[in-house]
Amino acid sequence: MITIARLTIGEAARKKILWVLIILALVAVALTAWGVSLLVGQARDSGVDELSLKLGVSQVLIFIAFQFGFVLAMTAAFLGAPAIANDLESGVAQAMLARPLRRSSYLLGRWLGLSLVVVGYTAAAAFLAIAAVSFVSGYLPPNPIIPVVYLAGQALILLTLTVVLSVRLPPIAGGAIAVVAWGMAWLAGVLGHVGLALGTNGLVGVSDLGRVLLPTDTMWQGVIFGLEPSIVISTIGDQQIAQGNPFFAIEGPSPIFVAWAIAWVVLALALAIVLLHRREL
Amino acid sequence: MIAMPRLSLDLPAIEVTDLRKRYKTVEALAGLTMTVGRGEVFGFLGPNGAGKTTTVKLLLGLARPTGGSGKVLDAPLGDLATRRRIGYLPELFRYQPWLKAREVLTLHADLMGLPRAQRGRALDDVLELVGLSDRASDLVGRFSKGMQQRLGLGVALLGDPALVILDEPTSALDPLGRIDVRTIIRTAAARGAAVFLNSHLLSEVEQVCDRVGIIDHGRVVASGSLDDVLGQSETQVRVTGLKDSDLAAIEPFGPPTLEGDRLSVRPMDAARTHELVALLVRMGAEVHDVRSGRGSLEQRFLELVARDRPPEGTPSAARLR
Repeated sequence: MITIARLTIGEAARKKILWVLIILALVAVALTAWGVSLLVGQARDSGVDELSLKLGVSQVLIFIAFQFGFVLAMTAAFLGAPAIANDLESGVAQAMLARPLRRSSYLLGRWLGLSLVVVGYTAAAAFLAIAAVSFVSGYLPPNPIIPVVYLAGQALILLTLTVVLSVRLPPIAGGAIAVVAWGMAWLAGVLGHVGLALGTNGLVGVSDLGRVLLPTDTMWQGVIFGLEPSIVISTIGDQQIAQGNPFFAIEGPSPIFVAWAIAWVVLALALAIVLLHRREL
Repeated sequence: MIAMPRLSLDLPAIEVTDLRKRYKTVEALAGLTMTVGRGEVFGFLGPNGAGKTTTVKLLLGLARPTGGSGKVLDAPLGDLATRRRIGYLPELFRYQPWLKAREVLTLHADLMGLPRAQRGRALDDVLELVGLSDRASDLVGRFSKGMQQRLGLGVALLGDPALVILDEPTSALDPLGRIDVRTIIRTAAARGAAVFLNSHLLSEVEQVCDRVGIIDHGRVVASGSLDDVLGQSETQVRVTGLKDSDLAAIEPFGPPTLEGDRLSVRPMDAARTHELVALLVRMGAEVHDVRSGRGSLEQRFLELVARDRPPEGTPSAARLR
């Protein structure tokens, strides 16, 4: 497994994927810092109070995180969807699996290698963005590690989904399904927010179902909650308009849903192993 | 240090009995039975779709049989630990194009658990054996197909495996490369390894194999030494002026058949050909052409696998007539 994970990381580096991601992250962070510094400068010049400023910057950070989450979803899809499918189609996998290498070790090795790439990229880019925004605005989320962990969790879930699909589907199909599924899960989460604001249990149920099927929105809730200033949550959290805002969370994801998200990854990997075992090479 | 078992010549390298494989509605193997001994070069022949590659995949554990049983190096088919002692060159040889040739070999050394102390020497030896020593640091993606196949051969021979399975090992090689491969196969067999050679190139099989198995419709239709499979020597004479009633006089040479102007005596000792010609002349017949010897593997192959096969008008159908 370790050999395959190492090979996978080497592949990402040799194919220049790592370098492209790093350069893109640096460009994105530089643009973010520049944009936020302009906004903060104008707001301070206009006499905006510090609480409103914190709320504004946190909302900007959440929007950036949402955009970054989309980039991560695409990255996970592009990395995960061909991971197994390309190896099987080209015959590269057959040459390796004729060795004393279990199919499960091969699959988990591919997943682990890609996970380290995605998590490493997420952590580096997200911490850099938070640090840059903090530097130009003075706002630092209460615990910057929490939103980064949830952001990485969201990417890992999508990566796992694409790896499962990669065992049976061509890369393009697997990648497309994963990105669409991510979008639908987010939409289900938005409906849940609206349901909470309107007191519509049906919509909340749709949101919960979405989080069970693909727990990326659970992670997204964690990202939002982790980026908000605590004083803002306590001040406006119980207002109905705040509950209906898909970019605002009055609390983090429930521990049950977080536990399910972890179990979901484990079960998905188990399913991928079973599918690969059943596949004729 | 990895334990490399002695290459015992007592137990067969491959032994399968009534091996079956069905893919949904297609029966790829319909009861394959064969044995390949240690130190033997075994040629596995058959037309497209006969079940050759399926057999290889079953032997390696890449696919599961739907019936029958088998052992490879005295272990059940697909046994994980045994794969350490098997070298495999796939028909579709593809290796990570972003790796260098030596890195591909290192990866396979890792996967097969080759001890680090032996690795450097083993990699150098195998690179030299397949003629890639001076390209070891080049990316595989920049290799020609022939060079990639050489690399695949190197991967298959890494660590001196007890069984080497080569699926069409010369499909991308030039004539010089093919000669190299024959030498490499002979060297591996001399070391005591069994070589399972899956090939379409009948002349190649004829030159390098100790025994052959011919498979058709998922069954072995002939197997044994080349002498067994090709049969005994035959003499063919193009002759005119010979009557059916003259055939009795020819019978001491062997069973004769006369079709038009073609007289065949099979089996017949080739050393007595001149005596047969002398008899025919004495009988008043005119001899136009005489051919004596064993049939080629290609002829035998076509006889065995194409009886009910090639549609009329195809080149192979014409060759059968």
